[in-house]
This record gives sequence, structure tokens and C-alpha cells, in this order.
Amino acid sequence: MKVLGFLLQKEFRQIFRDKTILAMMFAMPIIQLIIMPLAANFEVKNVNLVYVDHDHSSLSQKLVHKIASSGYFKLVATPSSYGSAMTFIEVGDADLVLEIPAGFEKNLVREGSQRINLSVDAINGTKSVIGGGYLQAVIKDFNRALDLNIKLATTASTNTAAAISVDTVNWYNPRAEYKYYMVPGILVLLLTLIGGFITALNIVREKEIGTIEQINVTPVQKWQFILGKLVPFWIVGMIVFTLGLIVMYLVYGIFPKGSIALLYLFAAVYLVALLGLGLLISTFADTQLQAMFVAFFFMMIFMLMCGFFTSIDSMPDWAKQLSGLTPVTHFITVVRLIVLKGSGFADVKTELGWLLGFALALNGLAIFNYRKTT
Amino acid sequence: MKCFTNWPVVPKEPPIDMKLLFVFIRKEFYHVFRDRRTLLILFGLPIVQIILFGYALSSEVKNIGIAIQDNAHDIHTAQITEKIQSSSYFKLQPAVSNYADIEQQFKNGSIKCALVFPVNFGADLLRTGGAQIQLIADASDPNTATTLTNYLQSIINSYQQQLNPNAKISYEIIPETRQLYNEEQNGSLNFVPGVIALIFMIVSTALTSVAVVREKELGTMEILLVSPLKPVMVLIAKAIPYLVLSLINFVVILVLSVFLLKVEIKGSVALLFAESILFIITCLALGLLISNVTASQQTAMLISMMGMMLPTLILTGFMFPLENMPVLFQLISHVIPSRYYYIIIKNVMLKGLGFGYVWKETLVLAFMTVSLLAIALRKFKTRLA
Repeated sequence: MKVLGFLLQKEFRQIFRDKTILAMMFAMPIIQLIIMPLAANFEVKNVNLVYVDHDHSSLSQKLVHKIASSGYFKLVATPSSYGSAMTFIEVGDADLVLEIPAGFEKNLVREGSQRINLSVDAINGTKSVIGGGYLQAVIKDFNRALDLNIKLATTASTNTAAAISVDTVNWYNPRAEYKYYMVPGILVLLLTLIGGFITALNIVREKEIGTIEQINVTPVQKWQFILGKLVPFWIVGMIVFTLGLIVMYLVYGIFPKGSIALLYLFAAVYLVALLGLGLLISTFADTQLQAMFVAFFFMMIFMLMCGFFTSIDSMPDWAKQLSGLTPVTHFITVVRLIVLKGSGFADVKTELGWLLGFALALNGLAIFNYRKTT
Repeated sequence: MKCFTNWPVVPKEPPIDMKLLFVFIRKEFYHVFRDRRTLLILFGLPIVQIILFGYALSSEVKNIGIAIQDNAHDIHTAQITEKIQSSSYFKLQPAVSNYADIEQQFKNGSIKCALVFPVNFGADLLRTGGAQIQLIADASDPNTATTLTNYLQSIINSYQQQLNPNAKISYEIIPETRQLYNEEQNGSLNFVPGVIALIFMIVSTALTSVAVVREKELGTMEILLVSPLKPVMVLIAKAIPYLVLSLINFVVILVLSVFLLKVEIKGSVALLFAESILFIITCLALGLLISNVTASQQTAMLISMMGMMLPTLILTGFMFPLENMPVLFQLISHVIPSRYYYIIIKNVMLKGLGFGYVWKETLVLAFMTVSLLAIALRKFKTRLA
């Protein structure tokens, strides 16, 4: 134990000596946590719409008004031809083009239906797709009103058709605000970045500078050495996690619904697993550059597969399994469950099993793979 | 006046020795190619990312866990349940009998929504012509909640139409949607330009960010400084191998996108290459700047990777629409080079537009490159600390 104590003392001195690293470890994640959720927002407003009206009837005017007043769209221009509307799409000033053909009102009244053209800039990802969906919904709404208006004028309503109304309730986030989903997720990602990168660099740094030789010739045991590297960064990680929770509460007003102790239990195990990965990488790598790129490789896969950006449910099976093999997936799920829904220990115990498994496997491998001889 | 004639003769600046420069570039190439593992990662990374983005990730929402609490147990609820079950959007979980069960399922994360049929559902539907269903959505993920509400609504609408085949809406406007630039709705088209921009932004910057500081840390900087090579030449020699590597990487990604993900290159390939070279140089310049102002590799890499990863991912504009962000972020996004490159590559590669549509972005990138290089050169210390 005394040996470990000395090792820890050495590591802490090294950490606190380098003020830049210290700032990177504490200030950067906190600043990012404060500002990033404001930007990470899938909500689509201000879809830029270009409208080509070949009909100029009162009905087409009504439709424009309806669309403009829905709040989702920004009417950019009303050119007179489809060709000139396309230039708006090309330069990126518009996301959607709505084209009303000539004879729109006449045909609608006479034949009961009329097609209109909706062109979506389909490579503009989320925005255009969601914007197109909104527009369809607005038109559907318009249809209903239209139907009612014309029908009421002509025949007495004989509406005996069976109707099912759906009454939707939003649980856990009644106003459907993105911050509830994003903030815990970003906190986990930042913690992952810190834990993964810093430990991955640490042992390699000693290799590169040559100081690892000095440790290797001492009677320090493998596990003592690994533990000496692990504990300081584990403490740093827990402090960052705590600061993150405080920011989450003070800035975003999100207070964990579930038990905070449970949250810390998971964070503690998760950090051990993550640091184990970092240490494992650093036992393989020869230079800091190598370690960094290997860590980056894993971080990138973790970030993309963990369900932060896209839903895991909609992945193909092999990807789902891959996602299950990344520790971040489990931790992000649990943090969201505990913080947002107040899940208890019984609800998340399988995830704990996973994380414990990762922690044991990764650290075991790291100890196994650390050679005191070169 | 005479005394002024005795100025010491200023030695003429030696002309830039091209041969010497080549020797240095060769030295840098050795450094880079000696490190096989980094090379492996460098080429493995984009391949894995392209595959993940192409096959594993989609912004579509499918297989949403749903639980049904059926208090009516009649033919209508059975039919609606069956419709939901057969839809690929939903994955039916075991039925629940009360709200506590539903909450339990929400809490262990196995469902994202629950549907509750009231006791007299079928009877209400037939007798009074109006029945209610309660849909409980897990709005902690607002995106999924909105999508699943729409899906369920349309499933129920179609059931309703099936019940009343005569009650067709008599006047309707039918929007015919055309997916511009992407008729087959190939999801990869959304991701490929973003991934390319992201990989270069991070990888190229990180590569060069250690280039100078590594020599400082290992002590070889001293040897470089006493050599006749001028600072600007040192920087150029450092950047060139990485430029070559990044370009090879670019070709790999492009080939993969075209053949594996079926992304068609609509515009001029030459223009695409020219713009990519410009963007890569911008990133390399940024990396050199980081390398010159930091004291250790660790700091340099933490800045270039950890510090830049999330901002680049979020502010480039391919994950989250930039227009919806607070004004401050839109302003910040203007200093992120990948933002401009993303627009360029989208316009040239996917829309097939010419230089006339991207000259503004090109100009911004060129300006950034020149200023970054100038600052990097100024910050290059010719003395050891």
C-alpha cells in the first residue's frame, strides 16, 4: 500500500504541475457542456420555402397564408417559374419548393382533388425531410378545413362515420424540449472523451520520454503501476462528473429524478471501464500520436454507435450488437433513464452487469498486456 | 556623412535551396511512414466510418418498443393491435394491464410509447361514433416521440378508413413530393459530405498539431534550428507528407462512397480535388499553429482532438441544422473551416454545381489558410525556451 501511495503522489504532482492539461481536463468539458446543448437541437424551425403560384386564385392564396402562419416556414421568395425557384435551392437559400399548377382551384372544385408539386432538397438531411413532413401536415389540415367548408355549403353533414381520436400524452418531458435529452448525453460524451484520451496518453508519454524505464527497474508490481495510473484519473473523472451534474442543474434546471447515489455508482464503474480502455491502448502504443489515434478511432465509433445522434432501435442487428459492445451505450442509456425517468436499481441492473464486465475485462487485459521488460 | 559608408555588409540571404528542402521533406516522410500503426488507423478510420454511416446509422426511426394496455378486448382493439404489430416501425412488447406496468417498462427502457384502449372502446366506436385512445409517449427523446406519434396516428387513420370505406374526404389537395438530388432517397447522401469534412478536420489537424511540438519534446528541435533551413521551409516540409496522406485518404473515401454507398459524383472531380486540397491545407495550417503554441504533445493533441471534436461535429451543420441555433452559435460556426468545406462538397459532389456557386466559400477557406499560416509562422520560435 505504501508503494501505491508514493505512485499516487507522483501522478498527482504530474497532473497538477501542468496547468494547461488541468484546464483542458476541467474547464473544457464544463464550457462545452454549458454551450453545446444550445446548439444540439433537432427541432426544425425556419424551413425556407419558395412558392411558385401558377394559379393566383383565392384558394391558392389561402393555402399560402395557412402555410406562412404555421410558424415553421419562412417564405423566401415567390418567383414566377419553377426554373427560377430552383436557383434558390441551388445556392442553398431554400429547402423546399412548392408549385401550385394553373387551374388549381377550378380543378379542385370540379374534380374534388388536385395535385401540387413539392420539391425537397433531399441532401439537406434533417431539415428538408422534416420540413417536407410539416408541409404535408399543414396541407392535410388545410384539406380538412376545405372539406368542411365546401361540404357545409352544399349538403347537410351526415357524419355518422366512426371516428377514433387519439389523445397523446407526453411523459417525462411534457413540452418535448430537447435539452432534457441532449444535456445528459453530452455530459456522458465529454466524460468519455476525458477518460479515454487522457489515460491513453499517459503511459505512452512515460514510454516516449523514457521515464518508464525508471519505474520498470523498481520492485513496483504491475497492478500497483496500473492502479497508480488509474486512481488519479478516476478521481478527476468523478470531479468532472460532479461539476457536470451541477452545471446540468444550475444552467439547464435538470435535476436527476432518480437516486443520485445510483448515478454515482454507475459513473464510478463506467470510469473504471473507460480508464481501463485508455490504459489498454497505451500499453499497445509506442508513441503518443499512435495512442491518440487509436483512442480517437474508438471514441468516434463510440460516439456514433451509442445512440446519441441516431436511435439504436433502428440499426440493423449486427450494428445493434456492436452498439451493445460499447460501454458508452450502456452508460448513456442509464444516465438518461435515471436522470429523466427516475429509474431505480432494479430497472438498470443488467446495464450495471455490462459495465462491470467491461471494467474487469479491459483492466485485466491492460494489466496482462503491460510488460515490464521491453 | 562619411561614417555611414562603413556599414557592415549585410550578408545576402541565401536563396531557398530546393535540394535541401527535398531532403527535409524526405526526412518527414520517413517519420510518417515508419509509424505503421498510425498509418493503419489513418486509413482504417475512414473506412470504418463510411461503413458505419452507410449501413448502421440512419435518421429514420424504426423498431420502436410499444406496449398496449387493452381494457376492451374486442375485435377493433385486436385489429388495431395487429396493424401495429405488422408495421416495421413498431416492436410490440408484452401487453400490460395497468399504468404502473407501463411506467415500469418506461423506466427499464424497453418501450418508447404505450397505447391505452378504454374499457368500452368498440362499443363507443359503434354506438356513439367516436372512441378515444390514449397514447403515452416517452418524450424524454422528443425526436422519437414526435415521429412515433405521427406513425401511430397514420396507422389509426388508415384503420378508420378501412372501417368507413365510403367516408372519403371529398376535396383534397395531394402533395406530390419530389426528392431533389436524391430520387432514390439514399440516406448516405446526407452523411458522406459531413463525414469527409469531419475526418479531415480532425485527422489532418491532429496529425500536424504534434509535428513541431514532438521535436520540441524529444529535443530534436535544436538540430532543426541550427540547420540552414528557414522556419517557413520547416513548416512546409512538415506539412507536405500529411498533405499527401490526407489526399490518399480522400481518394479512398471517395472510392468507397461511390462503389459501396452508391453516391454519385455529379460535379467536376477536378474541382472537388482542388477544393479538398485547399481544405486539407487549411486544417494542416491550423494544426501547425496549435503545434507552435503548445509545449507538449499531450496538450497539442488534447486541443486538436478532444477540444475540437464536439464543436466540429455539432457546428459543421450536417447533424443539426445551423439556422435553428442561437445567433451566437451561427456566428461561431463561421470560424469553423469544415462548415465551408461541407457546403462546397455538397454543392459540387451532390448537386453538380460549378465553381460559380462555391467561390465565396473557397475565398473564405483561402483567407483562413493564409492567416493561419501567417500566425503559425509568427509563433514559430527560433530560439529554445
